[in-house]
Amino acid sequence: MPEPLLEVRALDAHYGDFQALFGLSLAVSAGEIVAVVGANGAGKSTLLKCIAGAIKSRRDAIAFCGEPIGDLAAHEVVGRGIALVPEGRRLFPSLSLEENLLIGGQLGRPGPWTLERIYELFPALAERRHVPSSALSGGQQQMVAIGRALMSNPRLLLCDELSLGLAPIVVRDLYARLPSIVREGTSLIIVEQDIVQALKAAQEALCLQEGRVALAGQSATLSHDAIAAAYFGT
Amino acid sequence: MTGWGNIVIQGVLIGGLYAMFAAGLALIFGVMRLVNIAHGDLIVLAAYLALIATDALAINPLAAIAFVAPAMAALGYGLQRGLLNRTLGDDLLPPLLVTFGLSVILQNGLLELFTADSRRLNAGAIEIASFQLAEGVWIGVLPLIQFVAAIAVIGGLQILFYRTALGRAFRAASDDPSVAQLVGIDNRHVFALAMAISLAVVAVAGVLIAIRTNFDPAIGPARLIFGFEAVIIGGLGSMWGTLAGGIILGVSQAIGAQINPGWQILAGHLAFLFILAVWPQGLFPKIQG
Amino acid sequence: MTASFQVEHATRASRIGTAVLLAALLILAFAPAFAGRDDLRLFSEIFAYIALASLWNLLAGYAGLVSVGQQAFVGLGGYILFASTILAGLHPFAAVALAGIVAGAVALPVAGLLFRLRGHYFAIGTWVMAEVFRLVAAQISALGGGSGISLPAAIVTSMAASRQRREFEMYWVALALMAAVLGAIVLLLRSRYGLALTAIRDNELAARSSGVDVWRTKLVVYILTAFGTATIGALIFLQKLRISPETAFSVNDWTAFVIFITVIGGIGRVEGPIVGTLVFFLLRQTLADLGSLYLLMLGAVAIAIMLFAPRGIWGLVVARFGWQVLPLARRLRFAADPQPG
Repeated sequence: MPEPLLEVRALDAHYGDFQALFGLSLAVSAGEIVAVVGANGAGKSTLLKCIAGAIKSRRDAIAFCGEPIGDLAAHEVVGRGIALVPEGRRLFPSLSLEENLLIGGQLGRPGPWTLERIYELFPALAERRHVPSSALSGGQQQMVAIGRALMSNPRLLLCDELSLGLAPIVVRDLYARLPSIVREGTSLIIVEQDIVQALKAAQEALCLQEGRVALAGQSATLSHDAIAAAYFGT
Repeated sequence: MTGWGNIVIQGVLIGGLYAMFAAGLALIFGVMRLVNIAHGDLIVLAAYLALIATDALAINPLAAIAFVAPAMAALGYGLQRGLLNRTLGDDLLPPLLVTFGLSVILQNGLLELFTADSRRLNAGAIEIASFQLAEGVWIGVLPLIQFVAAIAVIGGLQILFYRTALGRAFRAASDDPSVAQLVGIDNRHVFALAMAISLAVVAVAGVLIAIRTNFDPAIGPARLIFGFEAVIIGGLGSMWGTLAGGIILGVSQAIGAQINPGWQILAGHLAFLFILAVWPQGLFPKIQG
Repeated sequence: MTASFQVEHATRASRIGTAVLLAALLILAFAPAFAGRDDLRLFSEIFAYIALASLWNLLAGYAGLVSVGQQAFVGLGGYILFASTILAGLHPFAAVALAGIVAGAVALPVAGLLFRLRGHYFAIGTWVMAEVFRLVAAQISALGGGSGISLPAAIVTSMAASRQRREFEMYWVALALMAAVLGAIVLLLRSRYGLALTAIRDNELAARSSGVDVWRTKLVVYILTAFGTATIGALIFLQKLRISPETAFSVNDWTAFVIFITVIGGIGRVEGPIVGTLVFFLLRQTLADLGSLYLLMLGAVAIAIMLFAPRGIWGLVVARFGWQVLPLARRLRFAADPQPG
């Protein structure tokens, strides 16, 4: 069995005195989509921030391609090949659409994702490339946010709440493009409130509850009741 | 009438110099919300470095810029990376007090090294050269060079900010430092580069002012204040606004000096306070203070 | 049914501390009996700096208004003193009181302008204002213009017949002013205004959403600080017997030293400026007058403290021992609570 792309081992995370994650472990294989679901405050975003390096962890708590990266700074983690699409899009308001994409690629990592390729993936963006990012719709902003992360040619893409604040049809459209991202060689971890959408897209799923893994397995085999129980902790 | 024409022109030309003081200040405020109280004293430091360079190498002060600018840029990088990056955060007291302490250290350090004697850089014949623009209107070559240099610097900074990858990184780090890290920008490095560029501009301004007037370790704070006034008059976030602010300040001072020589600086301050009272955002604001 | 409660300010440590402070003030009041003239002058200088630093601390550490231009009010106080005694024949001590009142009035329009600036730019704006005051003062030829003026002998002798008596009176006024400033600050912080200030200091946005009128609170503090600073300034220049724009509005004397004292002692705590002033004068007495090297060292020390011990010396003490010399704690005691043993 090949080495997992990403391995999280007994990860703890704290915000001051408050502990958000308790000895959390998970693994992501190349070519996979893994969904992480759970109620608000369960620790989903915290998990992604730890992997992305926005929160510093124990050195060996996170391993990527076999290398420990737990204590690397965020910009170094991007250099290793992990990119985060932050919750709420968080585009740079002073930059235009295209500049937001370009800045994602400023590390110059080699790979299939270029400006043209992003515009192929999201054709709606091509015609608005010079528009200031603050003038875009929610769905378009989410596309730019994904594109910005893809421009660093990551091997692992972390998506935090893609569906937040978006209409269902827009969400479906976004999720329809995920498989082509995986085909180009990028694995995904998607954190989602929309459980149905998440389980449809992912092969594996984890449910977090108060900083711990309450349920894990192949998404196809997880029953509705089991997920509800894990989600709410009953 | 040409008397007043000359006055205004002199004011405009020195306004360019003030805009250069302001440009360095505005750049780092724009990128990392830091106001460097030692800014004026760094201008004076550059003047003294130019003094050393011209004495040691027997070159024209204008040529000394080629040595002083890189030296100051390196200093700026080290200063930001080694000291000032640590003060950045939500609390505004640490950067303010640390740069204030730096200002005191610079002034007194220069005092110890060079004494309070007034110095001036000798640029040769160019200092008194002038040409006639129109009937009765004379323009000094050196002031014109200073003004053109200011326009070049500000234009250069605009191009840097809006047409280059580094400028993109500046704007991104300024918008959202934490997300900037997430797209691979090393904020510590980017901020240090911004300070390096700011001090390179300071170097040019320092050499030009050292040729133009007498300088001593204590004139730093006044340069800071002129730069600051130019920024506020022009409006935060606008480089060309800073040029306009510098020109307005320079012209106010020139008019004030004409009425009474002792009123020169005061006239500038009063113009600043007036604009602050009526247009608190400045004349061409782009961002909120 | 609402329970009735009282707010208690004293702790055991603060009771001891307050007693010690009052004892010290009493001993200092008798200093003229055993201290020489030079010592009395030194004490007066210490009292002035404790007061100035405490006022700056109130402004910056509590109201969040970092000013590098308080020398504007020190100088204004000095000039009002000289103007009202020389030109209007007022008794010097009455002039000291007038200086504060005038400064308080002037502070209102000044704040109206300066409050349009935020944060760092507000700080530089205060510096500009001080420069404006200095330049205007240099234009007033009746008060010596740019070179300054000395206090006429007639006015000096009008205070008291003998020089010794004058020295004693000025010393006592200095001591009284310092005690008054400290007392006023403690009372202010214990009041509702003080609660608002502490809220603003901790989190301005949260304070505003809790209903604190941030703008007005800051304005009141700014005016009161100007009043206090100018009164002290007037007394300082009464003792110096001579004023000039350079000395009256000196950034080094009235801002650099004050800021360093407060930073080293501890910002945001009332005890900080007292500790800082004592440390500052200890350094000054023990180190020979090194002139600019001394300022250079102070600057370096202040930077080091800001980076490594941002709460200053007193902050370190509080973190280690939890002392509080002055009664500024706030505890609710409900009617039903058992009384302390």
